[in-house]
Amino acid sequence: MSTSENVGGSVASTNGKTAASAKKPGRGSKVVGWADERLGLATAAKKNLRKVFPDHWSFMLGEIALWSFVVLLISGVFLTFWFKPSMAEVQYFGSYSQLNGMHMSEAFASTLDISFDVRGGLMVRQMHHWAAMLFIAAMLVHMMRVFLTGAFRKPREVNWIIGGILILLGIVEGFAGYSLPDDLLSGTGMRIADGLVKATPVVGTYMSFFMFGGEFPGDDIIPRLYMAHILLIPGLILALIAAHMLLLVYHKHTQWPGPGRTEENVVGFPMLPVYMAKAGGFFFIVFGMSALMGGLLTINPVWKYGPYDPSKVTAGSQPDWYMGIAEGTLRIMPGWETHLFGHTLSWNIFLPGQVIPIVLLLMVLSWPFLEAWVTGDKREHHLLQRPRNAPGRTAFLAAMITLYGLLWAAGGNDVLAVLFHLNLNHITYFMRGAVFVIPILVFFLTKRWCISLQRHDNDKLLHGYETGIIMRSAEGGYTERHLPISEESAYTLTARDRDEVFVPGSGVDANGVASKDGKLDGIRGKLSTTLFADNIQKPTAEELEEAHHHADDEHAHEIEAGLDHSADGHQFDGRHPVDEEALRGKH
Amino acid sequence: MTDHNDTSSNHLPASVQEPIANPGLPAHLPRPTDVDPKAERRAERQVAAFFVASMICAVLFCVAYFTLDIKDETDTFIGLGASNVALGATLGLALMFIGIGVIHWARKLMGDVEIFEMRHPASSSEEDRDTTLAALSAGLEESGIARRPLIRNTMLGAMGMLGLPLIVGLRDLGTLPGKTLERTVWAEGTRIVRDVTGTPVKPSQLEVGDLMNAQPEGLVTLHSEELIAEGEERGVEYLEGVDLQVEKSKASVILLRMEPKDLTFSDRSPENWQIDGIVAYSKICTHVGCPISLNEQQSHHLLCPCHQSTFDLADGGRVVFGPAARPLPQLPLTVKDGYLVAQSDFREPVGPSYWERDSK
Ligand code: HEM
Ligand code: FES
Repeated sequence: MSTSENVGGSVASTNGKTAASAKKPGRGSKVVGWADERLGLATAAKKNLRKVFPDHWSFMLGEIALWSFVVLLISGVFLTFWFKPSMAEVQYFGSYSQLNGMHMSEAFASTLDISFDVRGGLMVRQMHHWAAMLFIAAMLVHMMRVFLTGAFRKPREVNWIIGGILILLGIVEGFAGYSLPDDLLSGTGMRIADGLVKATPVVGTYMSFFMFGGEFPGDDIIPRLYMAHILLIPGLILALIAAHMLLLVYHKHTQWPGPGRTEENVVGFPMLPVYMAKAGGFFFIVFGMSALMGGLLTINPVWKYGPYDPSKVTAGSQPDWYMGIAEGTLRIMPGWETHLFGHTLSWNIFLPGQVIPIVLLLMVLSWPFLEAWVTGDKREHHLLQRPRNAPGRTAFLAAMITLYGLLWAAGGNDVLAVLFHLNLNHITYFMRGAVFVIPILVFFLTKRWCISLQRHDNDKLLHGYETGIIMRSAEGGYTERHLPISEESAYTLTARDRDEVFVPGSGVDANGVASKDGKLDGIRGKLSTTLFADNIQKPTAEELEEAHHHADDEHAHEIEAGLDHSADGHQFDGRHPVDEEALRGKH
Repeated sequence: MTDHNDTSSNHLPASVQEPIANPGLPAHLPRPTDVDPKAERRAERQVAAFFVASMICAVLFCVAYFTLDIKDETDTFIGLGASNVALGATLGLALMFIGIGVIHWARKLMGDVEIFEMRHPASSSEEDRDTTLAALSAGLEESGIARRPLIRNTMLGAMGMLGLPLIVGLRDLGTLPGKTLERTVWAEGTRIVRDVTGTPVKPSQLEVGDLMNAQPEGLVTLHSEELIAEGEERGVEYLEGVDLQVEKSKASVILLRMEPKDLTFSDRSPENWQIDGIVAYSKICTHVGCPISLNEQQSHHLLCPCHQSTFDLADGGRVVFGPAARPLPQLPLTVKDGYLVAQSDFREPVGPSYWERDSK
């Protein structure tokens, strides 16, 4: 059988053998041939091996999340070899002498064994915990990147939703894992979770009894959480990550606008070899960083907390950071409860524990649809927007981050009180107001800031960049000398859409018939005004022309004054793109 | 084109749309390693050096594994065990060096020409969509699902009914709550014992200002057979394992002695529930159930470390601050055989709120 036939994948279209190819087929092509005859993968691989991936540092954030998940899978499997998910009471006689002879659950005892009797066990436990933090942090930052640059717009809304569910699953998975060792701290966390569940109207106690296999704490919860932690949730996460990546490949990655980069193409490095090498190398770096952290940085030293005892608690107990905002909302909520016909409805627990997280998640998930409804834009978008060019959206995220930070601080109000010698009650009263007021202030400040950056961009387009050279005119006045920016950077600055403000009433079509959702037009108009009305639009061709004409006149003066371009001292070595970042003076 | 685009082109002439024309992809500029063979060879050696360093670290990992012992040496080195630090460092570096090597290779030596692909709309072509819709309606038509409502409806009914076994099958996940949340092991005459030693308490053993974590007798594991036998004679049941954990999470109390004149009596905290200023309160926070611990002596305030609800134990356990909505339940006390005992169980459910709870 001839190899060249195999590679062609021909099903005997002729009787004769095809001519031997000029180059002797290597072993690689033999393997490919063998596999392709059985799997037929060459057609798919043909397009994808050299698939183009645009390059930008911010595209790496999702990659960190992906790789830390892989690290979690690897380190997690290692832990399963020794971890015993059982709440049966045992007496501890392991290497950690301080707890010798103590009664504890088998889960806690086996966690101690992993830490002190399995070589490398503590390192892997800590690596697993650090990787969990990295996973969730990377997902959050990745989501912010996608939000700020508008990468969630059509056709990528579904991937945005998948991402939001992944964050939720990641947090639940982290909480489940954190509870497995059955130490004093995680047991207290479970107790709080039980309180949250019990506060659910009507079915709360049933939910709690069915979770714990009876009354809290029971002896079922650790085995059940274990199942969820190593099978159910990782399985869901894996499936969603697969869908996330498939859609990424199908849509092709977004890119920043720039010379030669348009809505119709994608410019970057091919998957094989450059992207694969960079991404693959990055996996080893994330893996290596987690191992270093696992070896060098203590995290969750459960042996210091001791086994769970429902009558004990440690002062200043804090959950893992990603639970911080739930903790914060619980802490600043006033103690509201309603008693009705022999029933209790605990707003103080039900609202922060269940309603607020769900509302926040829905708000995040629905943003792409909300924004598309306000703009009425139904086009596909593959070019990213700079955060400043979507001031309303950027300001919204800034407000949300502020809210997150405030709630997070509220979740550590006892720590803050000790650290800054403040009165705990005052911090709490302050936070109750601050979570409403400060995000709104931040919204308007950020919006203004973005708009002034937009104005700055327009100045650069119309009048050039500030060189930092101060000129004295013959009349004794001082001016700063401006030089025009390069054509490439000028183009990049203008490569964005003009915003349009929706005016209610324009929904009436040519025949004077009100559009279907005319009732909501008022809201749509208000939102559109808030998001877009104050934005600065890029200059028109005429405005540019006019400004450059004016600049040419100025130039004539300068040449008379004996100054020319070379005086500004910048290097144009050809290797560096002459864009505004490198040349702009401090401001 | 969408109406969005149409409107924008309506009031702006085409020339104004794009003020600057796209100048196209800039030319590719070579790197030093592309033009200087010396630089190229240097980069090649650097990459190989990273890979060799990784191999060395892998070997060192094995050496550390077999030579360093972890037994209880938890802080030999920067507060951690030497074995842990050595294994983490060697494994971490072995991995990092591979990563750094590969990325260095990609940046310096692999081709760095940017290429481009054209995009396609996410949707299928009109034609494909029509074909699919046609196939779909042909299939539905042939199944006759629209024409035979009897079959369709019974099938949907059968599928829906499958939800029942699914839900019913989960019934044995746990016992039903019943009245369990309203009861604790406290009963008339149950002795209050110290949390750690399990010894009973005489009123005279508490000074004014003393605070003690306590349990009902039977919830503290005793280490003396004699004492256990003596207790069992009085009818005490010593719990262990799950039962112990379940009861402890409801029955734990805090015992506190104050000046009797400082106490405020009320319906929910009557005078005959205390003995010479000694009161007992549930230790389980009425917010979401953390055990309460921190005491502010002067004010008789007790603080929950979880979300800082603060309770006034001189005033019937009233909430003075924080997210808790209800006062701490008080345990009625009396003295029997010289020791502090309970008059009865708590008069209301302890711990966090729940829907069926029937009291303020
Ligand atoms: C998204 C993925 C995951 C996250 C966020 C996560 C998070 C965590 C956390 C925070 C802990 C507590 C570690 C500690 O004791 O300090 C933990 C424990 C554990 N995890 Fe995971 N994990 C993930 C995936 C997995 C997978 C896939 C497995 C196994 C196949 C696994 C197995 C375990 C085991 C056995 C423990 C208990 C070990 C111990 O505490 O000593 N995990 N996990
Ligand atoms: S559990 Fe005590 S304040 Fe929340």
